[in-house]
Amino acid sequence: MEVPILRQGQYLIASIQSALTDADLSHLREALIAQVGRSRCRGVIVDVTALDVMDSFAVRTLRDIAHMARLRGAETVIVGIQPDVAFAMVQLGLTLKGVATVLDLEEGLAFLNRRTEERTLEAKPKKPSGRG
Amino acid sequence: MGEELRLPIAADVDVVEARQQGRALAAVAGFSSGEQTVIAAAISEIARNILMYAKKGEITLSLVQNGDRQGVAIVASDQGPGIPDIERAMQYGYSTSHGVGAGLPGAKRLMDEFDVQSVVGQGTTITMKKWRRAI
Repeated sequence: MEVPILRQGQYLIASIQSALTDADLSHLREALIAQVGRSRCRGVIVDVTALDVMDSFAVRTLRDIAHMARLRGAETVIVGIQPDVAFAMVQLGLTLKGVATVLDLEEGLAFLNRRTEERTLEAKPKKPSGRG
Repeated sequence: MGEELRLPIAADVDVVEARQQGRALAAVAGFSSGEQTVIAAAISEIARNILMYAKKGEITLSLVQNGDRQGVAIVASDQGPGIPDIERAMQYGYSTSHGVGAGLPGAKRLMDEFDVQSVVGQGTTITMKKWRRAI
């Protein structure tokens, strides 16, 4: 089951449509990281609303995606973790430490807009000072 | 009651199938959707362990009853290499396969009963149960 990856402006949106096997998850990781470079995007949203279970492999893969994307210059945000899935994750002792998570796609876009804005501001050269 | 679902585990699609069948059985047993997800996650972890260490094996799902309590029992068995040091394998964060080390200890946390029988060179059998909370 391949996960469709859509491009929306300078973001990539991977929308998981059903339960995924470990191989599907690994494939998603590779496809996303490759596309971050190809499309020169600044942000990645992974929508996990349809994911039935978030077990140790899924959590590790999502963490890897976020860290690898960051190394390639893009921020990642995970959206749509369902209440039952969150409940099981906590009981399993799994965390997505260091990975941004927000409620839904709308919040995800807003989050990335804020982050990329901050980065653009940081990247701007400081006003010349001390002369004239 | 008494019906048993035997699921072969030999590929990663079987892991998904096993956890989905487990979730369906948990629903039949009357578990809440949160608990169904917990049971599915536990099955996912031990089914993956079969693939990682033994390459193939089997998961058996059944409904169980204890007095007026209902629950589900999950047995994962394989004829793989066995676990040389069960105590260490049950430590959170310990892994011999570059995993997260959350497989067995994670599944144990999720379930009410958890038992590992393993003989090196012969295989491993994990039996776990979850009981419905008394109302």
